[in-house]
Amino acid sequence: MFAYIVRRALQSVLVMASVAFVAFALFQYMGDPINQMVAQDATLEQRNALRSVLGLDRPFYVQFLFFLKNLITGNFGFSFRVGTPVAQIIAERLPATLELVIVAAMFALFIGVPAGVYTGLHRHGALSRFMLTVSLIGVSLPTFLIGILLILIFAVLLGWLPSFGRGDVVNIGFWSTGFLTKSGLKALILPAITLGLFQTTLIMRLVRSEMLEVLRADYIKFARARGLTNRAVNFGHALKNTLVPVITIAGLQIGGLIAFAIITETVFQWPGMGFLFITAIQFVDIPVMSTYLVLVALFFVIINLVVDLLYFAVDPRLRVERSVSAH
Amino acid sequence: MAALLEVDHLRIEFPTRRGTLLAVDDVSFQIGEGEVLGVVGESGAGKSLTGTAVIGLLEPPGRIAAGEIRLMGRRIDNLPYEEMRKIRGKQIGAVFQDPLTSLNPLYSVGRQLIETIQTHTDMTPTRARARAIELLHEVGIPAAERRIDHYPHQFSGGMRQRVVIALALCVNPKLVIADEPTTALDVSIQAQIIALLKRLCREHGTAIMLITHDMGVIAETADRVAVMYAGRIAEIGPVRSVIKDAKHPYSHGLMGSIPKINDEKERLEQIEGSMPRLTEIPPGCAFNPRCPHTFDRCRIERPELMDTGVTRASCWLYANG
Ligand SMILES: Nc1ncnc2c1ncn2[C@@H]1O[C@H](COP(=O)(O)OP(=O)(O)OP(=O)(O)O)[C@@H](O)[C@H]1O
Ligand code: SF4
Ligand SMILES: [Mg+2]
Repeated sequence: MFAYIVRRALQSVLVMASVAFVAFALFQYMGDPINQMVAQDATLEQRNALRSVLGLDRPFYVQFLFFLKNLITGNFGFSFRVGTPVAQIIAERLPATLELVIVAAMFALFIGVPAGVYTGLHRHGALSRFMLTVSLIGVSLPTFLIGILLILIFAVLLGWLPSFGRGDVVNIGFWSTGFLTKSGLKALILPAITLGLFQTTLIMRLVRSEMLEVLRADYIKFARARGLTNRAVNFGHALKNTLVPVITIAGLQIGGLIAFAIITETVFQWPGMGFLFITAIQFVDIPVMSTYLVLVALFFVIINLVVDLLYFAVDPRLRVERSVSAH
Repeated sequence: MAALLEVDHLRIEFPTRRGTLLAVDDVSFQIGEGEVLGVVGESGAGKSLTGTAVIGLLEPPGRIAAGEIRLMGRRIDNLPYEEMRKIRGKQIGAVFQDPLTSLNPLYSVGRQLIETIQTHTDMTPTRARARAIELLHEVGIPAAERRIDHYPHQFSGGMRQRVVIALALCVNPKLVIADEPTTALDVSIQAQIIALLKRLCREHGTAIMLITHDMGVIAETADRVAVMYAGRIAEIGPVRSVIKDAKHPYSHGLMGSIPKINDEKERLEQIEGSMPRLTEIPPGCAFNPRCPHTFDRCRIERPELMDTGVTRASCWLYANG
């Protein structure tokens, strides 16, 4: 098990290094950065002096190592557009995105898993059919359309919920949270549903099909033959086995929420990292773009590691490597 | 005194788009207290379905269309789910074919034992655990105190089947349905498992409905045997009589087809042809296309079980008068 975790950790480092390389390569596409930093009439000497101060005259791989060192120490450079440190801009935007993603993930898990279990257990029920039909909509409608429809219904027509922004936030240290005010919570609802709907329906369908599969297993029949209650069979034996394969996919999907947040944040003018990224693209603000890439990759990698650990917690077959075999 | 288990005119159907499949038709038998009834027959004869119906676990669309099942005189085939659940495991245990898949891979064997014990008794967790260790010990698992916390994949096939037997017997049921309990196992350990099952049941006075293809096992273990063919009972009677002196032409042929290494003459007696599919069961006696003694009546009228002396067989050869 230890070896496995070390291996996964090494893989993660490799993934991060590759993403960092892509982020680094972005800088090479924008032409000579010196041009944008010096005055129009700067002399060649002035340019070269700045170049060597910034280390831009060093070989490619040395520059990359510097870039890595900066990333690791949290020094992400300055935004071309606003001139403030990228780290500071991200720190302002990160809470908004993370809170949105967490709520959307909760929504996806706490609606998706029970709905999947229900539709798996009551295969032919009217409610199951209804949920499956609705889930088709969730899978097939694009996110921005769902967002716009929700805004139209709940913000414009009914006026129950705000159509954009985070509402009032409370600052706790650098973290600005919308969880503590009523308007902040209300503002979270529509974006979280928009962001999480696809994942909710996906998890529901996945849990359902796994559940149907597991319910056919011999150990379920045997559990019933032992006289266990329906509850113990369905929600103990069956559900636990269902969750083993679901964990991986659900984990990846939730990692995906961070990336998908770009669209939702744009639709709802949500002041998060995704919105920041879109703005950065418009202004070719490379430092912000590359930092965003690295951060999103970092979240993916962390979630993957957590998923792996969860696997160990749930499935004893992975925990014990040596199978004792004696007749 | 009423028998422990009475199955009367049991009929199991599967409604399908192309009509109703009659998988078990008019099957009747009894099992006494502590008695071992062997059930044999070709694949698809309806053995498993009959056993599944007794523990009330037929899976829809399969259903009991007619007949009655009684346990200690009480009718159990039409009980509400929750009532029948309390009987399963407590009064009727079950052992299925494949020990590799009968245990939940994510629960330790101890947890599976303890949950079963606690479902049917009001033992405290500590006592249930002590009882679980005792059971593992009883089914011959070495170092039960340590093994109780192990997961199924840490046991070999034979050991897992021992755990399954412990699970089936953990609250001393009156009857165990053992559906091919050793087919999936290594030949070398099949005999051990059967011997274990037999010994435990004898010690606790548990009756067994032993479904198997293995006539050797039946000969050694069963008191009586039921031979099934195409969803019906062909012959039923004391195991010695059925093996040595089967009356029904099918069971006669079946007994003849037990391979006896040194006996060429016996081996030649295998039955020609194969059992009809459920959709193609001929009218009259289901065995008539393969039977060497077929006569007119066999193709028209269906034989009920009738006395042949020691056994009962569904064959017109034994119609009196
Ligand atoms: N769900 C089902 N739908 C339709 N027919 C079924 C279904 N389940 C079982 N049957 C039919 O019922 C018949 C009896 O099945 P059963 O499993 O009882 O046979 P068996 O005697 O146990 O055979 P085996 O020795 O192979 O285990 C078979 O012909 C099978 O095709
Ligand atoms: S009833 Fe006729 S066909 Fe059937 S087993 Fe007896 S003799 Fe053969
Ligand atoms: Mg069978």
